[in-house]
Order: sequence, then structure tokens, then C-alpha cells
Amino acid sequence: MHMSDALVSPVVGGALWLTMAVLVRHAARANEQQPDSRRVPLMGVLGAFVFAAQMINFSIPGTGSSGHLAGALMLSVLLGPHAAFLVMASVVTVQALFFADGGLFALGANIINLGFFTCYVAYPWLYRPLVGPNPSARRLVWSSVLTSVVGLELGALAVVVETLLSGLSALPFGTFTLFMLPVHAAIGVVEGLVTAAVLLLIRRARPELLATAAAPFSRPARSVAPVLVALAVSALLIGGGLSWFASARPDGLEWSLERSSPGQLEPQPRTDALHLLLARVQHATSWLPDYSLKRSEPDATMQINRAQPGWPAVDAGTSLSGVVGAIMTLLMALGLGLALKAWRARSTVNKPEAGTS
Amino acid sequence: MLERSLAQLVSLDDVARRDTPLSRLDARAKVLVTLAFLVTVASFDAHALVQPLPLFLLLAAGMALGEVPVKILLMRLLVASPFALLIGIWNPLFDRAPYFLTDAWVISSGWISFLSIVLRFVLALGAVLLLMATTGFDAICVALRRMGAPRALVTQLWLLFRYSFLLVQQAGNLLRAHALRAPGHPRPRLRIARSLLGELLLRSVGRAERVHAAMLCRGFSGELGRTTPRRFRLYDGLFVLGSSAFLLLVRAVDLPAWLGRSVL
Repeated sequence: MHMSDALVSPVVGGALWLTMAVLVRHAARANEQQPDSRRVPLMGVLGAFVFAAQMINFSIPGTGSSGHLAGALMLSVLLGPHAAFLVMASVVTVQALFFADGGLFALGANIINLGFFTCYVAYPWLYRPLVGPNPSARRLVWSSVLTSVVGLELGALAVVVETLLSGLSALPFGTFTLFMLPVHAAIGVVEGLVTAAVLLLIRRARPELLATAAAPFSRPARSVAPVLVALAVSALLIGGGLSWFASARPDGLEWSLERSSPGQLEPQPRTDALHLLLARVQHATSWLPDYSLKRSEPDATMQINRAQPGWPAVDAGTSLSGVVGAIMTLLMALGLGLALKAWRARSTVNKPEAGTS
Repeated sequence: MLERSLAQLVSLDDVARRDTPLSRLDARAKVLVTLAFLVTVASFDAHALVQPLPLFLLLAAGMALGEVPVKILLMRLLVASPFALLIGIWNPLFDRAPYFLTDAWVISSGWISFLSIVLRFVLALGAVLLLMATTGFDAICVALRRMGAPRALVTQLWLLFRYSFLLVQQAGNLLRAHALRAPGHPRPRLRIARSLLGELLLRSVGRAERVHAAMLCRGFSGELGRTTPRRFRLYDGLFVLGSSAFLLLVRAVDLPAWLGRSVL
């Protein structure tokens, strides 16, 4: 469920980046308040384990899709929610940097979707009450499965909401949700079973790991602070950002409704003085036209006109110049790359000669 | 599969060790410019196909100056997560409004937005790859720390990277032992695989603890980056300013359209 840079708008991506930064700082501070030198290597190696596990995709029967484990629940149980969140953040960051699995700009969204919902919501509020002290193997298994499913479903729902708020995908909310939720429920069951197997193994072979890693976190584990912080920061930023940049655009749900029945939700032109003034201010200040009124202006290259069915006025000349310009730009990029490469090759060949002479 | 992925990881980090004009820049400057690049890519209209193209100039210059083989970029593009394309491919289905290229050519607006998603994907992936191939993971960790990322996160990133190799080494040992004992079965059966995985986890944890203890004995304080103190020089500042100015220009002016108009 890694989101890609290609599907995130600046407002959504930026807001979730900031939310993630606040959460990471909170987690790091909470982690450092409980110093335990044994936790450091455990965090590193479990991170490597989760990192490896996320690379292995398994097919989900009946859906024609494949998924991978997330690992956040296992980390939460073994390390406590704060350290687990940090480990998830590190795993997602390394994936984004090395494998382009998810993007660097979508990093905030991905860390929150994969880490936050399990570490700070499902684990403290569901797993801990369900599992209780000294659980039987059976209880541990069903608690793990239930918690994994809930954590992943929340994350999957967040992916849907974030994608729709970004407005780059045309998938309607219902279709997207119907696609995401069953797939992640299936992944959640597998994830829960694997988590339980790992926990049972560790309980048998290295019981002290469970005791030392999770015990110090029993008290602050159910803190409401991170949940509130995440909700408040992201709601403020996305709400504020979208209302400023997206006033010309209907929200995701209305938007998909508009798509499915064009014409029924046509935006009414606003002509009162305040709106005109705001429109002018927004026009002057906005450089994010996807979310601004600039959208209604003729674009220099290509122009869509969804509100008017039929044949909008099209200037074939501008389109042609756009295509010609595009080809020329790409050729220039190629030329620049080749020229610089040749220049570098010459300068590195010349260097040893200069050194010897 | 895991070993192959890790080999990719190493190859990217090896490329970054070469001495090129880009690798000489401060890592912070490169992280900042990469983020600015990604924000610029994300800020374009959902149907923007032509205006973002000049960003390839920056990428091409970076790939050439950083001596990054184009093959690496192409391979990554092929194997990278198909999520963007999987979600984007629905656009032509759901967004069928007509989109006019010329009076004679009409395609649905969904195809344009799908192609725009593909374009964003290529640009974003190229930028991140360029950052990694000219900077190296250690330098990025140090840069993140110096830019204010919490110590716990940076140490964790660094340890995760190191311990990945340890994990793969350990997995290799287990698989070799299995292959020697069961020559007829190149892949372990499910039951055996399960116990091998458990063994792998326990052994890796044990080894990680020993490695960490050894690091502590040698004076590791949990803080990275003291070995490479580096100042943010004029060269770095100029790189950030120049790149940002170019990004702003590309964002503010539709350069390809202007170019096309002036030629025709």
C-alpha cells in the first residue's frame, strides 16, 4: 500500500510530511526517555527483518492481486509503539530511497499509513486490551489477526482518502475502497498469523526479549497524545491547504459524483465582490493551479473543458506548438546529457595526463 | 530474490562512492534540491504533460555530471512499485471527457492524466535515484541528522542498512546448510522453511546484539557523522540557488510551449 509521489498533491503530501515529522520527534523523545541499550540492536535487526519481509510479495487468492507484510504489529509488541513507529519510519525511508517503493515526497503519507495506524491506534487500543497478561497461544493468535486486520484496514482507508484528496487519480471513492479493503483484510489475516507465529517462537526461545522490550511501555503505551497530534496537525494542514488552494474544486466525493453524472453538480459562477477579490488574490499568489482558479484559464499547451460538453474552442496552433516544444525540450535534455557526459569523459581522461606532466 | 535486492542496494551505494562534481556537493544541498524537485513535480496540474518536461534537463545534467549509468534508472523504472500505474490506469476508464490535441485528434482526458502520472513517476524516481547514486547512504544519514532529524531515527536508519547485510549473510548460511543436507530439494519445504525463518530471526537477533556490544566496546556513542564534518560552502549554496531558480522558472513559465511558439 505504498503511495507513490506520482499520486500525491503538494497539499496532502506536505501536510502528511509535517505530521510525520511531529510524530517521529514525539516517538524519538519518548524512546530516549526510556534508554535501554538492548533495544538499539533489536530495533536495527527487526527493522532489517521487516524490510526483507516487505520485499516478499505473496499472491492473495481470489483477488488476482499480491501483497506483502507490514510488520508494524510485531514491532509494536516486541519494542513498544514508539520504537516500533521509528523502525517503520526507517524501513519506509530506506525503501523510498533505494527501491523507489513509495516516494520521498509521499514518505509522510506512507509512514503514517503503514506505521501510525498499527503502532498508535490498533496496538494500544485493541491488541493490548484483547491479549491481556500472559495470554494463551490461541488468544495471542486471534488477537494478532484482529489487530493486524484493523490496523491495515485503517491504513488502506487512509490511502484511499489521501489519493482522492490529492485528486490525481480518477478512481471513484467506492470503487477504490472496494478494491483496497478486501485485499488488505486478506493481507491482515496473513500478517496476524505470521506475527503470532513469531511472537510464540520468541516467547518460547527468548522470553526475556518480550519482557524487557515491551514492559517499560506498558504505561505510556495507550497515550492519546500521538493520535490527537496526528489528527490535529494533518486535519489543520490539509483542511487549511485545500480550502485555500482548492476552492474551485469539489471535494473527492462530490467530484466522483460529478464524474459519474456530469452536469448535475456544475459549479455556479460566483460573481459577488468578495469572491472576485479572493479569486484575484488567489490567482496572483497561487502557483499550484491544480487547486486554484487558474485551472479555468486557457492553458498554454492543452486545454480541457469538462464543464462544457461538445466542442470547446481549441486553438490547434497552441497544441501543435506544445507538441513541438515538448519534442525539442526532450531532445535538448538528451543533448545536454550527452554533451556533459562527453565533457566529463574528456576531463577525466585529461586529468591523469595533467598530473603526470 | 533478497540477495538480488541487496546487491542493487550495494551497487547504488558503490556508484555513490565515485568522485564526481555532484558527489563533491554537501549532502544537505542535494537533499534540499531533491525535495524541491519533488514538490515541483507534484505541484503541476493533473493533466500537465508538456510543462514539466524541462525538468528532464536537470535530471540529464545530474545524471551526466554524477556519472550515473542510465541503465540503473531504466532497471529501477521496470522493477519499481507498480502502485502508481495500477491506480493511474483507471483514469482513462473513469475520466472520459474529450481532450483535444488538435481539431482532428481527440483523446479522453483520462489518458492525458494517466500519462501525466507516468511522467511524474519517472521524474520522481529519477530524482531520488540521482540523490542516492551521487550521495551514498551514510552521507544522507549524516545530512538528515544535521538538518534536525532525531538521533534515534538516524541511528535506526543506519543500523537497519547495516543489519540488512548481516541478515542476508545469515540467510545465505542457513540456505547453504539446507542445500548440503537436502541436495534433492533446492527450495526448503514449507514446514522446514518455517523453522528456518524462526532460526534466522533468533540467530540474527543474537548476532546483532553481539555486534552492537562490540561497537559499544569500541566507543560507539550512538551518534553518527563525527567522522565527516563538512561545511556548507559557497559551491553548495550556488547549487541550491541555481537549481531552485530553474525549478521556479519551469513551474512559472511553460517553457516548451514558448519554445514551440518561437520556432513555428
